[in-house]
Amino acid sequence: MVARALTWWTILKISLEERLVYRGDFALGTLMRFLPIVTQIFLWTAVFAASESGTIVGYSRNDIVAYYLLTMLARAFSSMPGLASGIARQVRDGEIKKFLIQPIDLISYLLLARIAHKLVYYLVAAGPFALVYYLCRSYFPGWPATDVFAAFLLSLVLSFMLGFFLEASMGMIAFWFLEVTSLLFVYMLFTFFFSGHMFPLDMLPDFWLTLVDYMPFKYLAYFPAAVFLGKIEGEALYQGLLIQTAWVVFFIVSCRLLMQAGFNRYSGFGG
Amino acid sequence: MIKAGAKARGQQSSKPCPSTFRPDLYPDAHWSAYNLLIMSAIKIRGLKKSYRVYRKKEGLLASITGLFQRDYREVDAVKGIDLDVEQGEFVAFLGPNGAGKTTTLKLLSGVISPTGGAASVLGHTPWLRENEYRRRFALVMGQKNQLWWDLPAQESFRLHQKIYRIDSSEFQRTRDELVDLLEVGQLLGQPVRELSLGERMKMELTAALLHSPDVLFLDEPTIGLDVIAQHNIQKFLKHYQAMRKITILLTSHYMKDVAALCRRVVIIAHGEIVYDGSLAGIVDRFSSHKVLTLHFAEERMPSDLARYGEVLEIVEPKAKLRVDRSSIAKVLSSVLANHAVEDVSVEDPPLEEVIADMFALTAKNQADKVAAESLTPSP
Repeated sequence: MVARALTWWTILKISLEERLVYRGDFALGTLMRFLPIVTQIFLWTAVFAASESGTIVGYSRNDIVAYYLLTMLARAFSSMPGLASGIARQVRDGEIKKFLIQPIDLISYLLLARIAHKLVYYLVAAGPFALVYYLCRSYFPGWPATDVFAAFLLSLVLSFMLGFFLEASMGMIAFWFLEVTSLLFVYMLFTFFFSGHMFPLDMLPDFWLTLVDYMPFKYLAYFPAAVFLGKIEGEALYQGLLIQTAWVVFFIVSCRLLMQAGFNRYSGFGG
Repeated sequence: MIKAGAKARGQQSSKPCPSTFRPDLYPDAHWSAYNLLIMSAIKIRGLKKSYRVYRKKEGLLASITGLFQRDYREVDAVKGIDLDVEQGEFVAFLGPNGAGKTTTLKLLSGVISPTGGAASVLGHTPWLRENEYRRRFALVMGQKNQLWWDLPAQESFRLHQKIYRIDSSEFQRTRDELVDLLEVGQLLGQPVRELSLGERMKMELTAALLHSPDVLFLDEPTIGLDVIAQHNIQKFLKHYQAMRKITILLTSHYMKDVAALCRRVVIIAHGEIVYDGSLAGIVDRFSSHKVLTLHFAEERMPSDLARYGEVLEIVEPKAKLRVDRSSIAKVLSSVLANHAVEDVSVEDPPLEEVIADMFALTAKNQADKVAAESLTPSP
């Protein structure tokens, strides 16, 4: 157990070092992510200027901007750039063999590398995030209660795990289809619309709302933001966290099963 | 085909193998077979691997029909081989591209699972991929990189220390020893991507040997290296193997590697073992002729040299002849009786040539066999 923990710690440290090799590119990429915020704020300002009532489906301009900023934060936890495509590349060029030959678990390894990736990202992005939130503080309704804030933090951590295991499962499909780019594109489209990244999900008509409730995507962005804004309270909050956890467990299991089946297929097919 | 198992080899295994023998995996193994199994480091019985490959016909139309109906073809990469390798042996696998060498190494390292047959390495079935087994062998592929590209090699070594659970002092000792032998001390802190191919190979070897594996599989470790780098790697492997008495299976296209390192050579062609023995034995067995070089006195070259054998080369006053092995004595005495000869030498043809001839021959036999099979209607 101790040996395993030490292994993980070493992987984490080395992944951090690797992340810092290309720090210039990384910092630039991180800063570029803030550009869409500005355009979104302009877009919604224009939309609200055109509407007579000042609210759209119960959202005021301030609500929308606050919501949007919060989903940005949630996506910083749940988005996994290059995870699935990275697995696919490793399968294609045979690098995946390493995990068949060496006594090391692929999923744990990927998870640690991803945690390292995120840690470096937060390190670089913390300053800009704080600045933007400070400048936009007037859009927020105020600081939530401690228990709501705790639930928000928990939902963020769960959204990281959901994002990781969901996308890693997608990546494992590469064992069957060597090229998964189009599949990933469809997945990206789904998360874009149904995670609430594009617009608040409660703006959707009832039919779609029910559909979205049955899918895991809303826990990647909408759910944490809605928790922070106090839109989900009491019983519904516990239920939401429970369903989010259930999805995480579901994808942890499916990811591992897919990996096992993938390895078997790979070794049957010829490496 | 030569069965390797029957041959008795002088060495005894120095370590007892853990008995993780699973009778359920070897339905037709007897206890006597089991006894044999723990004697050798590697034991292969009737190992088979075939792949299903998609056969695409030429052209766009065929590509479109291929979307709905796929035509598959079975390729037998390894066709039921038997092989025993004892602890401490250094064995070379030779064979043309696509002969099944790499497939065999992949089977033995558990990357792929076989279509049939059994194999046991150090008492483990490789394709079960148990961690106990994975901590006792290493696979180095000349064309694949296992180190972290952007980081110095020492970071990869540190990771290996953890995943192979190498004790800290043991790790330092082994690493220093390997780094010393390979003379890569100054390069440890340099990102791997900045190293030359030869330096990288040395780092790969170091990484693979850090956990002191009992069995090492080397798939073309010197591919693409210059002569000096090749020589360095050979020197290292020879020294390390002699020192540690580990079992090594090597595939290479460079005859120099093989000649320098391995006393035992296994030749695989078309998924079958066609030869198992010493390097010198290949020439005895597969070469039907010798090369006779004659240095004539007083620059008087006879014009009818062709009657002694096939003329390979004439650079006056020297001539090279290809003479049938069985008639070499007769030819030689006749030449010496009839001509004034200053110097004479009888040599075996170059090993590369013999092996190339042999590959060509097995390829032809194979083609004939396939043709014959396709002519006879199946019952």
